[in-house]
Parts: sequence; structure tokens; C-alpha cells
Amino acid sequence: MTDTSTSKAATKSSQGLIARFLSDTEIDTRLLGMLGALALIWGGFHLYGVIFNNFGAFLTPRNLWNLSVQTSSIGIMATGMVLVIVTRNIDLSVGSMIGVIAMSMGLLQVEVLPHLVGLGHWSIWIIAVICGLIVGTLIGALHGWLIAYREIPAFIVTLGGLMVWRGMAFLSAGGRTISPVDSKFALLGGGPYGAVGAAGSWIVGILACIGVAYIIYSGRKARVLHNFRRRPLWAEALLAFVGWATIIGAVMLVNSYPWPKGIVRQYGTKIGQDLEGTFISHGFAIPVLILITVGIAMTILVTRTRFGRYVFAIGGNPEAAALAGIDTRWVTLKVFALMGTLTAIAAIIASARLNSATNALGTLDELYVIAAAVIGGTSLAGGVGKIYGAILGALVMQSLQSGMVLIGFDSAIQRIVVGMVLVLAVYLDILYNKRVK
Amino acid sequence: MSNSGTPLVELKDISIAFGGIKAVDRVSVNLYPGEVVGLLGHNGAGKSTLIKCLSGAYKADSGNVYINGEKVVINNPRDARAHNIETIYQTLALADNLDAASNLFLGREIIGPGGFLDDSKMEAETRKIMGRLNPNFTKFAEPVSALSGGQRQSVAIARAVYFDAKILIMDEPTAALGPQESEMVAELIQELKKQGLGIFLIEHDIHNVMKLCDRASVMKNGQLVGTERVANVTEDDILSMIILGKNPKDSS
Repeated sequence: MTDTSTSKAATKSSQGLIARFLSDTEIDTRLLGMLGALALIWGGFHLYGVIFNNFGAFLTPRNLWNLSVQTSSIGIMATGMVLVIVTRNIDLSVGSMIGVIAMSMGLLQVEVLPHLVGLGHWSIWIIAVICGLIVGTLIGALHGWLIAYREIPAFIVTLGGLMVWRGMAFLSAGGRTISPVDSKFALLGGGPYGAVGAAGSWIVGILACIGVAYIIYSGRKARVLHNFRRRPLWAEALLAFVGWATIIGAVMLVNSYPWPKGIVRQYGTKIGQDLEGTFISHGFAIPVLILITVGIAMTILVTRTRFGRYVFAIGGNPEAAALAGIDTRWVTLKVFALMGTLTAIAAIIASARLNSATNALGTLDELYVIAAAVIGGTSLAGGVGKIYGAILGALVMQSLQSGMVLIGFDSAIQRIVVGMVLVLAVYLDILYNKRVK
Repeated sequence: MSNSGTPLVELKDISIAFGGIKAVDRVSVNLYPGEVVGLLGHNGAGKSTLIKCLSGAYKADSGNVYINGEKVVINNPRDARAHNIETIYQTLALADNLDAASNLFLGREIIGPGGFLDDSKMEAETRKIMGRLNPNFTKFAEPVSALSGGQRQSVAIARAVYFDAKILIMDEPTAALGPQESEMVAELIQELKKQGLGIFLIEHDIHNVMKLCDRASVMKNGQLVGTERVANVTEDDILSMIILGKNPKDSS
């Protein structure tokens, strides 16, 4: 029995072989389940379009590119929500925080900085971003302090925050919408200019491929060093191949979505060339690259640092964590401060994408963020959660929503479906956990 | 074992109250190197509370702790660990969602190059010590919630032993174990004694006390009834100290 024939046979034929395939490749079955759900949603919406509208709009480069941009803001916050929920807390205030952070950055860019450094100055977007990150981190740290050191339940603190910060967002400009934001700042929200183009996307893709190879190589090296059980070579090769194929596929997808004709013409006029009819690729949108960067950084933080280990220890058994000498309050404060920072990043993307700051920005986002984390396998009982799960969860939520928009469901039905899917997802998760035990 | 010279640990006049109730009332006990001192008493007698003042889980309202004759202040578990005091709690104090290696090194992780956790080094070290303590232990990848009571106990013991403990506190280490595993713990206690560790053993089973301990300190209602050399008393003497709160030798 050779390894390669096993791998091919294992995916289909018998239970024993599937189990062996999964244990050899060490693929998380939950991950497979989520990918399956995603495939179902994507295929379902596309088929619905093909059958009822004579046009499948879902599985098109344009829609998938937009989907990736729409997922960014919720996905970024969901990675932080994983840590919050893992420590047995909750954060209901992130949507309102988006509003107040976006308003403070909007006012800064439009009404304060132009007087200080001059209109259209290159540094405006940098100052606005830094200030936004500081505001978000401070609000999060305030929540964390009230929760950890003053021992007010997180539900109450952040429920209060939900109202307070939304009110502040309104008061900050008397309910006005601040628009337009700085032109460089707006690039952070995506759009044709806010994407890295074909060449840039290939560079990102190649770096990612090298990264995948390095992770597989260094993981194997560590196992050899300590003489642990290794994955069979075919499994390592398969994982590398699947990783590379996914990355290259994504690059080709975003590169096959061209700029609209109007933008091409506008760009041509700007650089003084006739670009009529030229195919200019979008490439990866900047917010998507931010999401990927955040996802990688958060994964490293959670799995490879003391802080991440302590977050999970506190979630698993707060008393044991304290007895092991962990300063549980300080860790909790840091978790909420981090949630605030990530919310600020999401606020930057959301307001840049809208090219304006409104006090209603981010309304109901807290629920989508919590839903994304929970669909991604984060247990509300604490102690269990995965960063990639939360990002996939955000993608599932966003796919549902944008799919329903495409086939013309109105927002009332969208909410009904999203609500039911959330409950169903958690129910399936409970069934899954029972079966695993 | 002659108890002369400086005790390894001396708890002097320790008092701690919770909401007006004196859980521990001016209790003094000590412990010499290579000695096992049993702490006995009914539930609520104050044994665990007293010992938590030494392990850093509680802070005594009054009284002093001396280690090797020097006064030390223990404000939290980290301080206790810094004085080589290790504790095996009755609840085991394990994070159920983490694997054995993560629990063993919790709060004292091995950091590799770049400031990141060196998980494979920690797992390798865990395999080494578990190989010594419990050779049948193989579940290194699973969270400890998937382990049996005895396996969980051996993780908790490994954690205490790994970091060169000088003073070991064991809170009913055999309560959740079967006979075979209890025997394993008893053997371990003997071995650690030989290495010169001092062990406080909180124990309900009077047979274990007679078998494992050199001295027994009995508490009732937060106060120390007395401390006796186990070789000089009978089981009945100790039982009457626990139940009546009186030292039979005093009345005779």
C-alpha cells in the first residue's frame, strides 16, 4: 500500500481511510466543515441566479472581490472577539466604537488637520490613522479596566458602551456626516485605486507561497529535532500543494477583475495616456491585505506567545491561571484594549470605504462580529476559539448577506436568514462536539 | 529524621479571617527538609486555608512565614514559586482546554528564539518527566479534559516536581485516585523525601497519614489542636484529636 494511493482512496471510499487521511494530514475537521458550508452557500446562490435570473452573479470575479472587501472589517474585529469570548467575556460595544472612532478620525481629517498642516497634506491620513488607533485602544482599555479591576460584568460595561459611544458619535458633529475623507485615507477602504494591482498581487502571492513552504518545513524540522510523530511526506506535499493552489487561485481571481471603463478613462486622463480598452486588474484590495496581515499577526499572538497562552488558560480555568501566577486582570485589560485597536482598524476601513464618517457607521456590527466568532467555532463557555475560524465565520456571514442582496431578498428576510443560520451553526457545533467526545 | 536546626518552612501565628469568621486563628506549624508533615482536620478546619497562605493564593491577615530561617513575604503564587514552593491543589488547578505541556509550563513557559513559545521543547520536556512519573501516559496532544483522573493528577504532580521544588504542598493528592495510582503517589512521596524536599500533606485518610507522614498537625475550627510525631501516637490518638479537638496526651 503506497502513500499516494491511500491519499486518493481515502477521500472517498471508506470511513477508516478517511479517518486515517485526516489524522495523517492533521486537518481540522471543523475547518473542512466550514469550507463545506461556504461551498454550499456560494454554489447555492450562484445556482439560484442561474436558474431564476438566467445569470449566476455570485461566482464572478467582481462579486468575490467585493465579498472579500466587505468581509474585511467584520473579519478583523472577529479575530479580537475570539480572545474576548475565550476569556469568558463579551463585547457588545464594537459597533458603536466604530461610529465614534470613525467620527473622531473624520473630524480630524476634515476640520482639524487641514488648518494645522494644510489641506491635502501627505501626513493627514497617517495622523488620522494613528489617532484612530489610539482612541480605539483607549476605549478598549477603559472597558477592560472596568471589567477586570472594577469587576463589572463585561456584558454590562459593553452594553453601556454600546449606548455611550453611539451617543458620543452623534454629539461629536451634531449628527452631521463628515465627507469626503482624505484621498489617501480613502485608499484604505479598497476600490479600484485602493488595490495593489496585478504585479502587486503576484508579489503578495509569491511571498505567501514561500510562507506556506517555510511553515511546513520548520514544523517538520521541530518534530524531527524532538523525534515526535511526523506527517507522512505525501501529506506534507499535499498540504503545500493545496496551500499554493489556493493562493495562486486567489491571485488569479483578483487579477481577473478589471477596472471599470470609467475609472480606466479617468486614470488615463490623469497620467496623460489613452488607455481606452486597456485591461487593468484590481488585484488584492488593501483592506483584504490588512485583514490577512491582522489574521496572521493574531494567529501568531494566540498560538506562539505567552499572552495568547494565558488568554486561553484564563478561559479554560480562571482560578488555575491565577494560581499559576498569571495576572489575570492585566491580561483581561489587554484583551479589551486589543479589541479596541482592532475595532479602530475596522473603523478605518469602514469609513475609508464609505469615503465619509457618519455617526451610524457600524450599527449592528457587534452582532455580526459575535456571530462570526461563534460560527467560527469560538465557544461562549470560554477557552476555545480559532482565529482562522472567526475570519471564515465572517466570510460565511458576509457571503450569506451579499448573496441575498444579489438575488434580491430585502433586508427583513436577510435578517431572518442570518439569525436562523447563527442558531443552526451553533446547534451543529454542539452536535459536532458531542460526537467528537 | 532528627528535627534539629533551622526548619525549611516555619509558619508562625498565622491568622486569616473571611467576613469576621476566623478561618485560621494563630496557627504555627513547621517543616524540616526530607520530612512529610500531615495536616489533618474536618472539612472547614482551616487546613487548606492555612496552606494557601503559603502557596500565595491567600494573604494572611497576620503572622509570618520563614523559609530557612529568613522571613519572607508571599503576596501571590508567583512569590511562592520564586521560593521553590510548589502546590498540588485538590482541584488540580489545570486549564482543561490546554494540553499537558501547556499546563505543566503554565506561567513559566519556555521561550525560544524571537520571544515566541517553544512548544516542541516544552512537549519534549513534558515527555521526559511524564516518562519518569507515569510511563503509561501517552496523551500529549489532547487537552487535559480528555484525560482520566489519575492522568490529570500526574500532570499536576509533574508540574510541581519539574521545577526543582524544595517545598511541596499536596492537598489530598490521592482523593480522586484508584488504589494503583494512590500507590504510585505514595512511592513518589517517599522518593521526594529522599531527595530532601519538605512536604505538607493535607490528607483525610488516617491510614495514609500513618504510612506517609513523619509528623501530623491537627486543626479544628481554625485552631491548631497539636502536632505529634506519628511514630509516638496511635491512629485512635489522632482520630480523637480530629474529632474532640483535644490532644489525649495533654489530658493524661
